[in-house]
Amino acid sequence: MTQLTMAKAINEGLRRAMADDDKVLVMGEDIGKLGGVFRITDGLLDQFGAQRVIDTPLAEAGIMGTAVGLAFRGYRPVVEIQFDGFVYPAFDQIVCQVAKLHYRTRGNVKMPITIRIPWAGGVGAAEHHSESPEAYFVHTSGLRVIAVSNPQDAYVMLRQAIASDDPVVYFEPKRLYHAKGEVDLDVQLADAPPMGLARVAREGSDVTLLTYGSQVLTALDAATAAEDDGVSIEVIDLRSISPVDYRTVTASVRKTGRVVVTHEAAREAGVGAELIASVTERCFNYLEAAPQRVTGHDIPYPPAKLEKHHLPDLDRILDAVDRVMDRPNSLSGVLD
Amino acid sequence: MTMTHTLTPPADLATDIEDVARLLTPDGERVADPELDRWVADVDAATLRGLYRDMVLLRRIDTEGVALQRQGQLGLWPPCQGQEATQIGTVRAMRADDFAFPSYRETGVVYARGGKPADFVLAWRGEEHSTYNPYDINTATQQIIIGAQALHAVGYAMGVQRDGTDQVSVAYFGDGASSQGDVNEAMVFASSFRAPVVFVCTNNQWAISEPVTVQAKFPIAGRAPGFGIPSMRVDGNDVLACFAAMRWALDNARRGNGPAFIEAVTYRMGPHTTSDDPTRYRDKEEVEKWRRRDPIARVEALLRSRGEFDGAFVASVEADADALAASVREAAMTARTRDPLTVLDNVYAEPHSGLAEQRERFGAYLDGFAPAAEGV
Repeated sequence: MTQLTMAKAINEGLRRAMADDDKVLVMGEDIGKLGGVFRITDGLLDQFGAQRVIDTPLAEAGIMGTAVGLAFRGYRPVVEIQFDGFVYPAFDQIVCQVAKLHYRTRGNVKMPITIRIPWAGGVGAAEHHSESPEAYFVHTSGLRVIAVSNPQDAYVMLRQAIASDDPVVYFEPKRLYHAKGEVDLDVQLADAPPMGLARVAREGSDVTLLTYGSQVLTALDAATAAEDDGVSIEVIDLRSISPVDYRTVTASVRKTGRVVVTHEAAREAGVGAELIASVTERCFNYLEAAPQRVTGHDIPYPPAKLEKHHLPDLDRILDAVDRVMDRPNSLSGVLD
Repeated sequence: MTMTHTLTPPADLATDIEDVARLLTPDGERVADPELDRWVADVDAATLRGLYRDMVLLRRIDTEGVALQRQGQLGLWPPCQGQEATQIGTVRAMRADDFAFPSYRETGVVYARGGKPADFVLAWRGEEHSTYNPYDINTATQQIIIGAQALHAVGYAMGVQRDGTDQVSVAYFGDGASSQGDVNEAMVFASSFRAPVVFVCTNNQWAISEPVTVQAKFPIAGRAPGFGIPSMRVDGNDVLACFAAMRWALDNARRGNGPAFIEAVTYRMGPHTTSDDPTRYRDKEEVEKWRRRDPIARVEALLRSRGEFDGAFVASVEADADALAASVREAAMTARTRDPLTVLDNVYAEPHSGLAEQRERFGAYLDGFAPAAEGV
């Protein structure tokens, strides 16, 4: 085991995947000499050369569309989208081509493309640099969608994403890039939990708190705070938001009977809406209270100085916990 | 061999379309072209007859496709009448191990690469998105999103570079696609990486109801040099010119010189698709003018003038066309729609728990009809 930041764990994941399989390429803007704007690809150019570490023109559709062609040819491109808000120019290639070619060709053409997206807010960035577009991709059949929350998962799940014959949208929370954790770099992928498996990040008995990626640490903080208040929260780190591991989720909900979902993305038709609908279908008779969402507002991502009012924090999560526990909360008497 | 143009917008389409490289006049007269001639020096009567035969067969597939759609057997058909020389001339210059990325209208590309009768109709009948394995005929599934495949061709060519082979990938798209970001980004990537790719832009004058002048105030081939890509603008109704230009472009790519761009100036004689009504937006006179430039009649005239168009040849081509049309019709009429549960197949390459659950539920639902189907 080694102490690594998430950034370094991802770097190591790329390095080892490239060393193991010469069909693995990385491509994107500034990923060569600079090592990427977050230095995630640092050192790869020196080790693997420009044929496998491709500094591309500044054109996201171009990056994604040429990755499709490379996959057609048998390569396994790992694409870096520089920032979450820059993925939209590549959207058509992702949802119409990357996601559908396997289906369209009845399995003859594989699209083993990993789309790495430095993701979400909380780092005081400029406009278009803090977005949470995951619902668009979760809604697109043919894609797998991963959101990691710690260095070990980041390392293992990146290796799994690259090894997968399916396209994987892989979200890396920017605000956790420098969070350190123990990483077993020599873990055998065959022995690791499957990529779609959720993780019970903290056990509890009163409330199931579902979350993923950047919100996991906030959720864990909320669980610690709630404990002081006599409420036991079980935090589930979904890790995969398509597919969702409902076996783990429903086991928890049937135990606790109460559900809160939190994510940074906007509320309407977001991942939280899907989670609550699915949990309700599966566990209606077990529920003691209406499930609650704690999300970003339905607004464009706000300016950096205001983002703290947008991002779900510990107190907003605890307020929702109070609602499912039928305790006094911000909506007491407001929505009755 | 880089085309340059002055910054003078074409006065009108009629003027514009004569600004092309050509080896066969509309009357079938063989004319010289200093750049193209050497690429067809070895083309003999047998090759010309082969190109003629391909074009006739392609037209028959197209005619059959329109008829099948009108008879309710196909949901849609994108006619390619008038574009036979562009498609056959360029695709016949390719090697079997080159890779083509065609659009939905490139029926001739699929035909020439080895497509079977079912491959022309079953996608338009709604049975499959793609009926062939792209790797069997080195041809990607026909693309409907306008211009998206140009990037795929460039990416494929970048893979060819890394593999160290001399294959070439070819992107087919239309004049409308030249407005798309994907096509322009494809040219940027191809140029930057010297990718062995050929862009074939079929300028058929119309993108549904939008004339090419809405896409381009300047010949489309004139754009490529701005990306550092040599280009040619050829008569797209001249199969020999298309064949020659494509040989030049493929050779350029194969020798490591990177991409090339061909604009084939032709005309879509029919509607955009069978859902379209071109009488709303274009003149009869324009269509009739282009009918006199028919690409098949042009080769016929050349072969006749050389005494190579005898009755036996004509009869054999007609027999082949009849047989192919019959087999295309049979493929449509005998199509068997797959079982309902197969709609869920191949979404993912590996097991996906969400879809597995939907399959289980939908399967159970379908099973509920089994007793009724058996008359119980």
